[in-house]
Amino acid sequence: MNSTSTYTKPLPKPDPNLKPYWDYARQGKLAAQRCCDCAHVHFPPGPVCPECLSTRQEWFATSGRGTLFSWVAFHHPYWECVKPALPYNVVLVRLEEGPLIASNLIDENLSGLKLGMALEAVFELIPGDMVIPKFKICAR
Amino acid sequence: MSTPINKTLSRSVAVVGVGNAPYGNFPDKDEYALAAAAFTQALADSGLKKSQIDGIGVCRIPSYARMGEILGIDPRWTLTLPAHGRMSGISIVEALAALHAGIASYIVLLYANIGRSRRVNYGGEEIAGIWDPWGLTSPGAGHAMMFRRHMELYGTTTRQLAEVSVAFRKHACLNADAVMKKPMTIEDHENSRPITAPLRLLDYCQINDGACCLILTTAERARDLRRPPVYIAGVGARDNFRESSLPNFSPDFWYGAVQDVAEQVYTMAGVRPKDVDALMAYDNFSPTVLFSLEGLGFCKRGESGSFVEGGTLALGGALPSNTDGGHLSNSYMQGWALNVEAVRQLRGELGARQVPGAKVVQYVAATPCTRSIIYTLD
Repeated sequence: MNSTSTYTKPLPKPDPNLKPYWDYARQGKLAAQRCCDCAHVHFPPGPVCPECLSTRQEWFATSGRGTLFSWVAFHHPYWECVKPALPYNVVLVRLEEGPLIASNLIDENLSGLKLGMALEAVFELIPGDMVIPKFKICAR
Repeated sequence: MSTPINKTLSRSVAVVGVGNAPYGNFPDKDEYALAAAAFTQALADSGLKKSQIDGIGVCRIPSYARMGEILGIDPRWTLTLPAHGRMSGISIVEALAALHAGIASYIVLLYANIGRSRRVNYGGEEIAGIWDPWGLTSPGAGHAMMFRRHMELYGTTTRQLAEVSVAFRKHACLNADAVMKKPMTIEDHENSRPITAPLRLLDYCQINDGACCLILTTAERARDLRRPPVYIAGVGARDNFRESSLPNFSPDFWYGAVQDVAEQVYTMAGVRPKDVDALMAYDNFSPTVLFSLEGLGFCKRGESGSFVEGGTLALGGALPSNTDGGHLSNSYMQGWALNVEAVRQLRGELGARQVPGAKVVQYVAATPCTRSIIYTLD
């Protein structure tokens, strides 16, 4: 884990709906929301289950494992703060538990990427005493 | 997929007037001024009197009431829709339903955009998103993710993708209104700077000011008007809201939705893809054109890359598409200009970019709200 005063990504904005997510991340866990009635797993969270509409929803720590669904390299500074980090990658990860989420790979070289590669969550300390989940390619 | 199709709607409504304001950069004009210019042109085109208009739909225009005040219209049907491109097809379907039901007799649909002169920064800090902390900010990134997946699954190349931008630029060069008229080659596309690789600058649409207007009425009323009526022969619709927190993205390239829409629109219109003389495909980012072609059945799944090779989408090719230059090269009118172009193609008034003898023209937007409209002359 490293922290730096010249952080190059937008910092997470306070959002009561996502507080449990960032609390889990601080403990080195990648969280998602699960329905207590039908066990459907979803992220981002919602007030009801998108399958059965139950209001009984809980946060839990996923396995942190998933597969590579797609990836891109950002070359354009849509935000001022990202300029020094260009180009940077954004990946889509299909979590073992179901949700499709966006994240970053800590591996720098994108040339060997393949759809379906096994990935696992890693945790990076960022300013504001927060931790952000990212991914790395699993060793074979 | 067994979506019920109301065939009594087919050819029950026609577009009877179209207009557009100039496209470009107009810091001294607001949405109302641009929309008023488009309306004035469309009204003259239709030959209607302003007092006959009793329905008004506005999109990306701040206030429907102010728009009505400026134009001096007290309608009995009013609709306002947000500044999303997917709303153009939605507006036209809503107008069709209202006219068919007799809730209004003559509907004007207005769209205006001042994003260029006001420097709208899509993906910028003013628009917060849940994935910002990972830097997923560009609206085009969703298309880049899909195109990367398409490349990996089917072997599609960026040179094949370039065919889309190159064909549409060719058409823009024949369109006096178009913003981008510098000729473009596949090499120009390959050499343009990456934005969200694998997508490049020339895969991204432009941002510019402008306005469009369509006037619609029932087929019966349309027959007495100045212009040959252009009928709405078919419409199709399917939205994908699950996993929509990933913006402008579909895990299956909207394939299921577009297939569903294809079944609806072709059945209602009584035509098939082989009958389509020109296609107007929403092109905020070039990959969605490929996804549209596959979902509609112009080619097999995964084969859109080879389908577009060699100028298929250009005038003179097997499927002339976006003959005005599209969003990529004509104007960022979020689907509206493509519908105006469809009408003008069927009336045969487009000179150098006319598709000879066009009788069936199809609009499609493969987006989280997929829509397609088939226009015909009879």
